[in-house]
Amino acid sequence: MTIPATTSAGPTRRISIDPITRLEGHGKIDIFLDADGEVADCFFQVPELRGFEKFCEGRPVEEMPRITPRICGVCPEAHLMASAKACDAVYKISLPLTARLIRELQYDIFYVTDHATHFYALAAPDFVMGPSSNPAERNLIGVIRKLGVGVGQQVIQARKWGHEAAAIFGGRPVNPENAIPGGVSKPITASERDRLEEIARYLLEFSKFTLKVLHDLVLANAEYVDLILHGPYYHETYSMGLVDDKNRTNFYDGKVRVVDPEGHELCKYAPRDYAKYIAERVEPWSYLKFPYLTQVGWKGFVDGKQSGVYRATPQARLNVADAMSTPLAQEAYEEYFETLTGDRSGHRMVHHTLAIHWARVVEMVNAAERALELVRHPELTHPENYRVIPHDTPTEGVGIVEAPRGTLVHHYVTDENGIIRKANLVVGTTNNHAAICMSIKKAAQGLIRKGSDITEGVLNMIEMSFRAYDPCFGCATHSLPGQMPMVVRVRDCGGTVLSTTTRA
Amino acid sequence: MTTNGAEIDRQPGKLRVGMHWASSCGGCDISLLEIGEHLLELIEVADIVFWPCAADFKYRTVADYPDGYIDVCLFNGGIRSSEHERLARLLRRKSRTLVAYGACAMDGGIPALANLKSPREIYDAVYHSNPTLHNPGHVEPKTQWATPLGELDLPGMYPQVLRLGDIVDVDYQIPGCPPVGAQVWKVLQAVVAGEVPARNSAVRVGCDNRSVCDECPREKRKTRIKAFKRPHMAVPEPNWCLLEQGFVCLGASTRSGCGAQCPKAEMTCRGCYGSAGLSSDQGTAMLSALGSVIDAVTEDRAREVVDEIVDPTGTFYRFSLASSALKARR
Repeated sequence: MTIPATTSAGPTRRISIDPITRLEGHGKIDIFLDADGEVADCFFQVPELRGFEKFCEGRPVEEMPRITPRICGVCPEAHLMASAKACDAVYKISLPLTARLIRELQYDIFYVTDHATHFYALAAPDFVMGPSSNPAERNLIGVIRKLGVGVGQQVIQARKWGHEAAAIFGGRPVNPENAIPGGVSKPITASERDRLEEIARYLLEFSKFTLKVLHDLVLANAEYVDLILHGPYYHETYSMGLVDDKNRTNFYDGKVRVVDPEGHELCKYAPRDYAKYIAERVEPWSYLKFPYLTQVGWKGFVDGKQSGVYRATPQARLNVADAMSTPLAQEAYEEYFETLTGDRSGHRMVHHTLAIHWARVVEMVNAAERALELVRHPELTHPENYRVIPHDTPTEGVGIVEAPRGTLVHHYVTDENGIIRKANLVVGTTNNHAAICMSIKKAAQGLIRKGSDITEGVLNMIEMSFRAYDPCFGCATHSLPGQMPMVVRVRDCGGTVLSTTTRA
Repeated sequence: MTTNGAEIDRQPGKLRVGMHWASSCGGCDISLLEIGEHLLELIEVADIVFWPCAADFKYRTVADYPDGYIDVCLFNGGIRSSEHERLARLLRRKSRTLVAYGACAMDGGIPALANLKSPREIYDAVYHSNPTLHNPGHVEPKTQWATPLGELDLPGMYPQVLRLGDIVDVDYQIPGCPPVGAQVWKVLQAVVAGEVPARNSAVRVGCDNRSVCDECPREKRKTRIKAFKRPHMAVPEPNWCLLEQGFVCLGASTRSGCGAQCPKAEMTCRGCYGSAGLSSDQGTAMLSALGSVIDAVTEDRAREVVDEIVDPTGTFYRFSLASSALKARR
């Protein structure tokens, strides 16, 4: 990995973390230290662009739900659903009930397994093995060895059954293919429904079990609680997420609600109006853009009520929701807010970045309970109402879902034959781009001090600041380049390497 | 998987397996998880020595491995930047057997549709004309950017998406977007047992030697196509060949092995397992397949019917543009 030579004048040192790891996608961090060894500035760069928005031009709109899920093979259902909803809007279709039920059920089951993957494979190693543990063991295999094969089997079964459900809906366990303008390609039979109910029941038990794992391993550990509450992982920002007509969580549909750092509603808008409320900024040092709230404006990489920076994470979704849509998740929501703010009502906002992991598990319970509700709906297996044929002339449409990693927008403009003329995609992780930059900088400032040892463990604790977001820079850049190593070289102002730390 | 007695080039002891992603979407890595509880069996007989998605081995570790240290490396994703190319070359050197895993590494995959546009067009769309942009200064990312404290750099994009095989020698190819879990497990079992075909960049494993039509349960009635239909504009009759009903389905020109998953879900095949024939040009193969099923006696009439197909390039080469005779727009 080439480290760019330091070209600045003055007594500046640079630490490069290239690439960051245990996330989906690619990024690198450059930290500049001043003469005292304190952090002077910090840049997080996303080094890739794939251009889906451009090469989708000329494609038939009905193919978009088959093309865009390849933006990310980890969360293909998020793109599948946002794309299908944008297609519905392009043709001005109102979905029949059964189609809507099938899509939301499919999405909620996906949600549980996607959150589980992040929790066990990407996040848990930092807490189960420890932030500064041996990096060779700080992975899912280490977690399974430590927690026991029984836990490993439960995680594998959750993934496996989740994928079996995806195949029931869309033929394929990865990249299911059933979404079309107007509904889904096939109905759900009675026997498929029975199996889906079995899967949903298991996923609910698994989600409750995961909440217990979180309690036993993280919340029962005073050191971790201290890290969550008092570590360098805190930013007061706006929060964004979808809510239903009662301001409760919904991952598949609703209006986008934004609240300020104190919890007051800034705006609530229908998907078609998204471009009035968010704008994207371009910086010359990253391929990835920086969305912000237009009503507040871009004030730089700063938090607080005066800054248009917002977050769209599991934590943000709990912040914008007045309540969860299901009972067990509501209990978990109240416990989460009471522990972190002293107020179980949810009226006081949570801004502790590491607590996003906890919010994610609350959402797992919510998605599993909601899936169980939907799978028992009598209209789910209706043999005909799973799709309608469009009649209107296609024009323009916006589809929004809550991807696990944030509010996901697909916006298409077509010609009268339904051929894409323009496409705009604002994806989950992109919403959090500015906040992620700020979180990394704050963690670096808090952990690297004058005279302190820059160990592998310190570097990992800087990385934990973005890992909480479950970032997917594959989605964000509409590409997913490889993860690579992490080498930190500290150089003096002449470029001479003072020390090298390799995390391997 | 056929066996001809050729043993995989491996070292004594536990098998050393690596997996890497270049310009891909992560779906291939997820497909390896599709082997489910077999993953625990795999760990018994093989050491994973590089798999960024699931294990914390770093590139620096790989660079320090002796050449040929990795017995089998599954490489997914196409090559879009110098960084991808550098890793492809490094992993080739460190691996006794290098496998192009999945449609992107093998044929470019869906990201290769970008080859229909120029990088400039992509920049203009993403940084200058999207409806949410606020970019009055016409800022674009630069490969080098000086900050007051020091210079930042970004890798440059290649003008087109390439295949892994365009950069380094590839020993085997596993098709699919992503490969089907059961097929992947069969390949891994064969590797562990040392029962693999002789290496050859053209050898595809994890698939069969027929076409998707051959494994599709939908009935062929030998009727001819009078007109093409778009999939959202008509409900297909169940159990009857989608192509004969006028829906453009690539089953005839696509390699089998997926289990005809999409047609079973009432969706047309889009060809992710790559070309069925010896030619890697899937679109030409599809055109000739269409020639035999269109209801037209004159060339003009045939052209009329074929003209009803919307976006033939983006459909016939959905996953294989980087392997096609077209390659790229320019």
